[in-house]
Amino acid sequence: MPKTEAKISGARLMVELLEEYGVDIVFGYPGGAILPFYDELYKSTKIKHILVRHEQGAIHMAEGYARSTGKLGVCIATSGPGATNLVTGLTDAKLDSVPILAITGQVATNAIGTDAFQEADIYGITIPITKYNALIKSADDIARHFQEATLVALGGRPGPVLLDFPKDVQTELTSIRKVDKLKIDSRHYQKPPIGGDLDSFAAALNKAKRPLLYVGGGAINANASKEIRELAEKGNIPVTTTLMGIGAFPGTHQLSVGMLGMHGTAYANKAVLECDYILNLGARFDDRVAKPGEFAENAVRAHIDIDTAEFNKRVSVDYLLHGDLKEVLKALIPKVNKVDRPEWVGFLDTLKKNHPLEFDDSTDTIKPQGFLQKLYEKSKGKAIVSTDVGQHQMWAAQYYLFEEANRWLTSGGLGTMGYGLPAAIGAKFGNPNKTVICVSGDGSIQMNIQELATIAMYKKGVKILIFNNNFLGMVRQWQELFYEERFSESEWNYNPDFVKLGEAYSIKGLRIANKSEIDKALEFFLEDDDARILEVMIPAEEKVFPMIPAGKSQKDMIEFSDTVRAGKK
Amino acid sequence: MKHILKILVNNHPGVMSHVSGLFTRRSYNIDSIAVGVTQDSEISNMVIVVKGDDSVVEQVKRQLLKLPDVIDVEDLAYHDCISRELVLVVVKVEDSNRTEIISICEVFQAKIADLTKTTMTIEFSGNTRQVEHFMEMMQKYGIQEIARTGQIALKYRST
Ligand SMILES: Cc1ncc(C[n+]2csc(CCOP(=O)(O)OP(=O)(O)O)c2C)c(N)n1
Repeated sequence: MPKTEAKISGARLMVELLEEYGVDIVFGYPGGAILPFYDELYKSTKIKHILVRHEQGAIHMAEGYARSTGKLGVCIATSGPGATNLVTGLTDAKLDSVPILAITGQVATNAIGTDAFQEADIYGITIPITKYNALIKSADDIARHFQEATLVALGGRPGPVLLDFPKDVQTELTSIRKVDKLKIDSRHYQKPPIGGDLDSFAAALNKAKRPLLYVGGGAINANASKEIRELAEKGNIPVTTTLMGIGAFPGTHQLSVGMLGMHGTAYANKAVLECDYILNLGARFDDRVAKPGEFAENAVRAHIDIDTAEFNKRVSVDYLLHGDLKEVLKALIPKVNKVDRPEWVGFLDTLKKNHPLEFDDSTDTIKPQGFLQKLYEKSKGKAIVSTDVGQHQMWAAQYYLFEEANRWLTSGGLGTMGYGLPAAIGAKFGNPNKTVICVSGDGSIQMNIQELATIAMYKKGVKILIFNNNFLGMVRQWQELFYEERFSESEWNYNPDFVKLGEAYSIKGLRIANKSEIDKALEFFLEDDDARILEVMIPAEEKVFPMIPAGKSQKDMIEFSDTVRAGKK
Repeated sequence: MKHILKILVNNHPGVMSHVSGLFTRRSYNIDSIAVGVTQDSEISNMVIVVKGDDSVVEQVKRQLLKLPDVIDVEDLAYHDCISRELVLVVVKVEDSNRTEIISICEVFQAKIADLTKTTMTIEFSGNTRQVEHFMEMMQKYGIQEIARTGQIALKYRST
């Protein structure tokens, strides 16, 4: 006879499940419909709750935590406005495949559908932006939904899940703490067997004279850095990464050609044009990288991914393998020939020399590129860097190199301004002993600047670098290049005094505008483990190069030197 | 090209929005959707008819399989499945054409479900082509109202 377990409330059960699962930190914001859960959280000694200033901050923190630790990120919000404030973050996590569990309060089940106070159909709203979501109708269902949600979030291609938790279900009693039969199919969480023909796949790679690896964020999720390096070194195959793949292969490695795509390096984009074989490892032929019909059109194209829906979605491929990238590479590497490719590698080395990342460094003003180079030198390989969205993001991607995965946190798919600061805070909670730097713009930082309070309250030593050009820089860049310099609503001549703002939260700050101040400023910025704000004034007309205009292909890349030649420096 | 997708899903609320949402989000054109429970009360069978070339439908299939509540997706080719659609149609009748309409119904093996002095409600089921032919025949009498179920389908068995 199974011992009948004592009944506990749904809220208590949810907290116990989180504890058993090993969750020790959650990011959230309370409200009426989630109070029973918060009451149980109050009693928990294992789970630390981080009180944020806006629910969007909570979910981006959970994302930064998840991406930098490889663990599940958990965030909590109340019903209605609390829940809808998570929408941007859920979409962000869906597009960048970040494992997030969002728990939202909901009005009592008998009030659902009546436009009750603070009611929103968050289940319906989040259907297209979650991997799994559920409205928990009874406390007896909590255990099953929790198990399904966590398995789905981390299984296969990771992503966000949401559990909507009505107030009466939080107080309802249940004795069901475990389930033996899940409703979802195991394919949603188990590692799939390798699908496809390894031999013909390897044969095509072995035939290539000028192969190239094109590495995406999936490589980081699959923890496949070691295998990628092995494959690259064995076959002497140069490696380019997407924005999301940065860190999956050491940026300083001789075979690295950096990032490709819209603002990728000239040599990476030229390598795409010149290669006769391209192997996509967990990337998705994103439109900032690949134009269908023109991407690597002269090359044999191959793709390895855990998500079969990515195959032939935008760009058709000749060879594909389905499965967990790490497992597939382990099986593939023994079949790949050990070859030196002096000509091809040498050719790319020459490209690197002749088409480097460039900017004009002849004035006394601070150039963000040069500044980031210095920041890289000073904090080499050690920092976790988060960014917001805009020019600063692309400069950071170009000039800050990473030796390891999980050090680069950026909103790649959705391009969410406001991501950087909370993501950095989340990363700092997950990595208290590492330097965490948020690189932002004067526009982006103001999208979630209220989280400075969270930094102050928890004394988290997040370093905040703000490139101030008094513009929405990336918008301005497009307007300059494609809208005849009609700067419609991209200029603002009003910013708060960021340094004083920091002081209001007891965060030390400094503003610099001259090149000669850089060294001292960096010293101040990185000297200890306290939070800092460093505001760096930069020229508004500084642009990100190279650039492939939207919708164009590698062939249409504009380099810095092209603009100099056109007298448009 | 039309495709008939047979989709097995968990039978609980919200699944329909998950599936149809996937179609709207990617602006795939749905011709019809029909849903009903299977011999297992926990599982429903959805039949969705979509237009699109093979690569589009392949993409739809793979996206569908990513939904946790979708158990299986099968693309049934027209020639190897039995498909049916049920229509209820109300046509205008006059004394002069009543027998004519009745004899057309006989030919099509359509049932007359209701009759008034001025209208006739006819029930007809068949495959898409038959339904279309039948509707064409009814057109000239003046169609007042139509209800169609959308197609359901099963594969032909080999044994
Ligand atoms: C939430 C959100 N709104 C609007 C945009 C469009 N957008 C992309 S880059 C950019 C400008 C960013 O300006 P800033 O943060 O100052 O960075 P900079 O480009 O100057 O480095 C804007 C408005 C966005 N990505 N996200």
